[in-house]
Amino acid sequence: MSTATQDIQAFTQQEYKYGFETPVETETFPPGLNEDIIREISARKREPKFLLEWRLKAYRHWLTMKEPTWANVKYPPIDYQKIVYFAAPKGWKKGPKSIEEIDPELLRTYEKLGIPLHERERLAGVAVDAVFDSVSVATTLQEKLSELGIIFCSFSEAAEKYPELVERYLGSVVPYTDNFFAALNSAVFSDGSFCYVPKGVRCPVELSTYFRINARNTGQFERTLIIADEGAYVSYLEGCTAPIRDSNQLHAAVVELVAHDYATIKYSTVQNWYPGDKQGRGGIYNFVTKRGKCLGKYSKISWTQLETGSAITWKYPSCLLIGEGSVGEFYSVAVTNNYQQADTGTKMIHIGPNTRSTIVSKGISAGHGQNTYRGMVKILPGAENARNYSQCDSMLIGNECGAHTFPYLEVKNPTARVEHEASVSRIGEDQIFYCRQRGISTEDAVSMIVSGFTRQVLQELPMEFAVEAQRLLSVSLEGSVG
Amino acid sequence: MLEIRNLHAKAGEKLILRGVNLKVGAGEVHAIMGPNGSGKSTLAQVIAGRDLYEVTEGEILYEGRNLLELSPEERAREGIFLAFQYPVEIPGVSNLYFLRTALNAIRKHRGLEELDVMDFMELVRERVKLLGMNEALLERPVNEGFSGGEKKRNEILQMAVLEPRLAILDETDSGLDIDALKAVAAGINAMRSPERAMIVVTHYQRLLEYVEPDFVHVMADGRIVRSGDKELARELERQGYAWLEEEAALAQENRS
Repeated sequence: MSTATQDIQAFTQQEYKYGFETPVETETFPPGLNEDIIREISARKREPKFLLEWRLKAYRHWLTMKEPTWANVKYPPIDYQKIVYFAAPKGWKKGPKSIEEIDPELLRTYEKLGIPLHERERLAGVAVDAVFDSVSVATTLQEKLSELGIIFCSFSEAAEKYPELVERYLGSVVPYTDNFFAALNSAVFSDGSFCYVPKGVRCPVELSTYFRINARNTGQFERTLIIADEGAYVSYLEGCTAPIRDSNQLHAAVVELVAHDYATIKYSTVQNWYPGDKQGRGGIYNFVTKRGKCLGKYSKISWTQLETGSAITWKYPSCLLIGEGSVGEFYSVAVTNNYQQADTGTKMIHIGPNTRSTIVSKGISAGHGQNTYRGMVKILPGAENARNYSQCDSMLIGNECGAHTFPYLEVKNPTARVEHEASVSRIGEDQIFYCRQRGISTEDAVSMIVSGFTRQVLQELPMEFAVEAQRLLSVSLEGSVG
Repeated sequence: MLEIRNLHAKAGEKLILRGVNLKVGAGEVHAIMGPNGSGKSTLAQVIAGRDLYEVTEGEILYEGRNLLELSPEERAREGIFLAFQYPVEIPGVSNLYFLRTALNAIRKHRGLEELDVMDFMELVRERVKLLGMNEALLERPVNEGFSGGEKKRNEILQMAVLEPRLAILDETDSGLDIDALKAVAAGINAMRSPERAMIVVTHYQRLLEYVEPDFVHVMADGRIVRSGDKELARELERQGYAWLEEEAALAQENRS
């Protein structure tokens, strides 16, 4: 092996920096899943009756379903009776509370993660909902937002305070019958964020949820619901991390977005769940269903994701383009290093006339990572003059990783225009040597090349997070070129 | 400035350089000519530190130091520049950003302050003008979609901005039409100075009509088999390399 290869490999073996555990006493349910557990979760959250009914229906449906096997990922069978479905810091009580009432250990945790919850230290221009295991521990800036009529709170709070909104929209984009993991989530979802932006309001700050898994052997099943009413605008960002553990943990979330006439929702994800170690032990199984409904005319939903974490990622943030002239976008960077596997992409379903969609996917594989883009573009008969542009680029670092692309295309209207471009490239030793010959170190060369490759996507992230994303990207790839 | 003694290097199991000796002083321009496969480009790459090649014998002294101990980026920061025969594309990274990162890495190494965007732009614009290049190339990704001529010119621009002490130009003339060749030669000549040495690796004599070398060396079979002044280049142009190969074959026989 050449020394450059060794240098580059050494550089990609960086440690996961969010792997610490919070020493907080946790109250957990016994492992396993049955109707009593579901009733208990619902009771703990003082949920309205319709919600419990809905959970139970979802659970009964889930029992009839089989785990999907079509994804290009490999993992041992999951024993759903060994998972803990609810974990919360001891003494956790539902409902809004002041920052003084929160366990200082929890505050320290979020500080260490770079998400201070104290008023004076908060990130400017960002409201945060902090979700720790199965519960939301704090939501910032709520009062300010409520002056504008914006509701931003934990899902549990929304179920209690705004049951009519929750009942109307929950499951309206991702029904509990949708798929195996969505059904499971519908039965046992614990917390997540809820957001409603009223007619004509432009949300002045970034809304953000920070998901943290801390407890052992616990699954996280959050549910996020965002509604932008007529002419409203909201930009939302989620971030995720978890401690280092040598067993796998399941994360099965559902995100539903609804955009009414002329409304815009921008949804960004920086996913950095624990990816497992260099031998592929441990890490999060990230099986997520995300879908947006462009219900109104000229509405727009834009997904941007930076996926660097998780042992396995299985997610396809999608858009149902129903309203006339509505727009769906998907910008993605997915990184798999060591033994990570990702099967990710999008579905753009064109239903209304003059609908448009754009897909830009950048996959980076390093080490033994396997990266799959799976995307569907469907133009239904009523989607007169629909347009789609897709671009899927893969970058390989080293010789033992893989990149795969599965584009599905279904066009039922002859006026549609669909374009697809794909490319595969490799960070070569020649590129690295070229940079080094100009005085640039291997580390800087790799991050320069990768940031050039991903720029088109990362520039879609809210500015507050772009720098962090850039940094995360180079850390995730440390030790990978060769 | 540069002294190469009995340099042997191999790629994999194949011995390519078989005892190169060469001395280059400040202010001098050396041309290295020779047929394909004679080891010219390998020599250039070994000086720059490409680790596809393993040095098995001999040494390279640069400014009195053992060059072989330095990593490629350290050599670059110490003032060695290689204009690549096949410049590499880096999609999505602007030429400007690349150049500024390189220049600042070198400046930092030398204890100089890093240049900010404004000062850097001033410097680059001046060099672009000097080389008669199109400024639009600066905003484009490094070498991506550049024509052959644009790539070679871009190498010369990098040299002009990084101001090396020793510049090695590896077949910078190949694939250029006559106008591009003249432009590249003008760029090289503008960079000649009493403090700077240059090694021009070329297959043909035509670049040497525009860039006049102080010394010409001919390589064959991994060694410098003849050295002279620019007259030697003209002789080669008339006679071709066939006679060299005969000589090399003879040498081979004597060895075995």
